[in-house]
Amino acid sequence: MVEVIKTGLLDTIQDFGRSKFMSYGVPISGVMDRYSAGLANSILGNDKNAAVIECVGFGPRLKFLQGSVICITGADMSATLNSKPIKNNTVITVKLGDELAFGALIYGCRSYVSVFGGFQTETVMESRSMFKPVTSNFRLQKGDLIPISEVNIATQVSYSSIKVNATHFETTVLEVIKGPEFDNLSQQAQVALFENDFVISNSSNRMAYQFENRIENTLAPIITSLVLPGTVQLTPSGSLIVLMRDCQTTGGYPRIFQLTETAINMLSQKFLGHMIRFKCKN
Amino acid sequence: MLKFNLTYRRFSERSILVEWPSEINENILHDVLDFKNKLENTNIKEIVQVNNAYNSLLIIYMFTIDNAYDEIKRLKAHYSNRDHLEKSVFNLWKIPVCYDEEFGIDLVEISEKKNCSKAQIIQLHSEPIYTVYFIGFLPGFLYLGGLDKRLHFPRKKSPRLQIKKGAVAIGGPQTGVYPNESPGGWNIIGNSPIVFFETNQVEPCFAKAGDKVQFVPISKSEYDVIHEEIENGCYQLENEVYHG
Repeated sequence: MVEVIKTGLLDTIQDFGRSKFMSYGVPISGVMDRYSAGLANSILGNDKNAAVIECVGFGPRLKFLQGSVICITGADMSATLNSKPIKNNTVITVKLGDELAFGALIYGCRSYVSVFGGFQTETVMESRSMFKPVTSNFRLQKGDLIPISEVNIATQVSYSSIKVNATHFETTVLEVIKGPEFDNLSQQAQVALFENDFVISNSSNRMAYQFENRIENTLAPIITSLVLPGTVQLTPSGSLIVLMRDCQTTGGYPRIFQLTETAINMLSQKFLGHMIRFKCKN
Repeated sequence: MLKFNLTYRRFSERSILVEWPSEINENILHDVLDFKNKLENTNIKEIVQVNNAYNSLLIIYMFTIDNAYDEIKRLKAHYSNRDHLEKSVFNLWKIPVCYDEEFGIDLVEISEKKNCSKAQIIQLHSEPIYTVYFIGFLPGFLYLGGLDKRLHFPRKKSPRLQIKKGAVAIGGPQTGVYPNESPGGWNIIGNSPIVFFETNQVEPCFAKAGDKVQFVPISKSEYDVIHEEIENGCYQLENEVYHG
């Protein structure tokens, strides 16, 4: 078990989500940054989609009630084990009673904590990803006891540190595919979408990212249609909404872009005030 | 079989979007569902799932689509070989709704602005047989077609932060039931004790696209009885095969 001693801003259990239930209106959910979460699992030899803890901006304080091996990837939040700094992207051995905590955010926005075998919380509709009302809770709470597997002593883990792709955190360019309604935009709006820097606004979360910029919108609303994480919608007021992992399955705003999977992962490491640009993939 | 002009396009790295003409009608819905059914029954292992809305189908693949052109060609062949689904695969669900003022908190306002009695509103709402086009917005939220024009009523300017689970509501030309507590801008006219979304069921929502729904007015005491039967797991929702 791992005990949540203190919560961070928003700590959730996530795997790669539920992809088979969209016809019931169930969001896909899952880790925001699949690259980093997948890495955290790969380093421990777990399945890529084993359940991890996703933390945003400021992480929780966790106490291990049994020994294990863990790995932290994604944002650098100055992680410590028993108050001693530990590195991201490497295997960390933890013993009974050890406490993992986080401090100042150095780069990125979301950190992932993986544990040997993955966190063993309830599976609902083929996934452990927290999303209310599919799961009973939408976040970890103080006092929660999270089950984990016993570590097999024979397990061989590599203790070398992995060098992560720095571009993943530093890039400001997001690759997109043109959306179904893109061609209906005015020439001026099309140009503006690729030439402006877009500033992330404070209403950004696991459902959607928004920007402070406005784009001239002459498009008629569409008949409610299908959307996915990474779909970029243009609202009547001219603001852009990038749908993220917890987004609804349908929407009525024109869809002007679709972010590539890599771009969704990269955007997940940005927050309020960061600037990005869109670049056409094809 | 009716013929439609379909457009196919790559939507994301792992999905293709098929669109029918931009209209809401049952002929289009049934053509969408025939295609969806064909893809689901063909058991194409690369396809993770197929989802539909009014006039569109999103086909999601397990891996990145290397050659969208070839994949679209394959999809077009499946479309040509689709079968027309018989009406008998669809159900008509009778959904009990209590329209008492305790639940129907916006009934008075609608009745004043529309200049018609509450009884008329209830009658106009419970008479039609609605069509389920798809589930979206919230888990278990049915997009229904068939609301009487006389009941079209604009959404609230500012949404309520908390709408009760089971709230039956009107938003513009649409009507629906909130499957769970949620914020929302629709006008509330009643409440249904029926559970629309259950994660532990093989079918998390009893209704599917193409099914029919009718609302059956019930009293508060009947509501309480059904509510208790549902709590005790001994309630059976009434349904029949829809023959059109």
